[in-house]
Amino acid sequence: MSKEIVIMIIGMAIVTYIPRMLPFVMFRGKELPPFLQGVLKNVPYATLGALIFPAILFIQEDIWYGLIGAAAAFIVAFMGANVIVVVVGSISVLTLYSYFF
Amino acid sequence: MESTLVVKQATDFKRGIQSGISIAIGYMPVALTFGLIAKTTGLALGETVMMSMLVFAGAAQYISLSLLAQGIGIFEVILTTFIVNIRHFLMSASLNEKAEEDSVGARMGYSFGITDETFSVAATREGTVNARYMFGLNLTAYSSWVVFSGLGFLIGAGLPQTLQESMSVALYAMFVGLLVPSMKSNVKVVFLAALAAAFNSIFTMAELMSTGWAIVLATLLSAILVEAVETFKKGRGTETDE
Repeated sequence: MSKEIVIMIIGMAIVTYIPRMLPFVMFRGKELPPFLQGVLKNVPYATLGALIFPAILFIQEDIWYGLIGAAAAFIVAFMGANVIVVVVGSISVLTLYSYFF
Repeated sequence: MESTLVVKQATDFKRGIQSGISIAIGYMPVALTFGLIAKTTGLALGETVMMSMLVFAGAAQYISLSLLAQGIGIFEVILTTFIVNIRHFLMSASLNEKAEEDSVGARMGYSFGITDETFSVAATREGTVNARYMFGLNLTAYSSWVVFSGLGFLIGAGLPQTLQESMSVALYAMFVGLLVPSMKSNVKVVFLAALAAAFNSIFTMAELMSTGWAIVLATLLSAILVEAVETFKKGRGTETDE
C-alpha cells in the first residue's frame, strides 16, 4: 500500500466522520427551537427529493432509462409494496426494457 | 421483565438488519463498480477495501478516484470529500431528533454508518430509532459495501452487462420506495420532495455549485420554505380562531 494513499484515505475518513457524528454530540438532549425542529423533521423528505432528481436521469446515457425506472418504482410503491419489492420490480422492468430496446 | 427487554433488544437489532436488506441490494452494483474502477485507477486491493471500510461513502469514494486519475493532490481529494459529505451533518441533525436516548458512545458509534441510504431508511421509519436498530441497519449496509468493493476489485465486471446496467437504478428505486408511502398520507411530503428536486435540478443543471452543496442547499431551502409556509398558515389559523 502506498503511504500517500493511506494518508489520503485516513484524511477522507476523518472529514467524512465528523459531520456524521457532530450533531449527535452537539444537539444531544437539547431542546431546539420549534421552528428548527420542524425544519429538521422536513429534511428526510426534502433529501429524498434531492437525491432522486436530477441524478436518476443520468444513471445511463439514455435519459428514458432512469425515467422508466423511476416510473416503475413509483407505481409499485404506490400500490403499497415493500421497499425490496420496489427495488426488484424496478430492476426487472429495466432489464426487460434494455432487452427489447 | 428482564427477558422481555432482552427480546425487545434482539428484535430491534434484527429489524435493523432486515431494514438494511434493500440497501445491501442497492449497494451491490455500486460497490462492485467502485472496486473495478479503483483497480483501473491503480489502487491496490488493500487500499480499495480500506477506503470502503473507513470512509463508507459512495459518491465521495467515486469522486476521489476520478480526482486521483486526473493526478489531483491528496489535499484537494480530502477537501472535496469534506464538501461532498457535509450533507451528512444535516441528516445526522435530523435523525438526532428521532433518536432515542442512548449513550454518547453508542451514538458516536452508529453515526459512522450514516449514509444517504441508511439515513433515508431510518428517518422514514415510523416512531423512534435506537442504537440497536441503527447498528443492525448499518451492519447490513456496511457489509455489502465492503464485501462488494473487494469483490469488484477481484472479479471486475462479473455480472452480465444488462443486469449491471439495470441494477444501477436500485438505490434510486429504494429512495422512491421510501418516499411514496409518506407522500400518500401527507401532502406536505409531496411539496418537500418536489421543491427540493426542483431546486437541486436547477443548481446542478446550471452548474452553479458542486453536487454536494447543491443537495445541502436544495434540501435546506425546501425544508425551511415548507416549514415557514406551515408556520405562517398556523399563525393565521389561530388568529382567526380567536
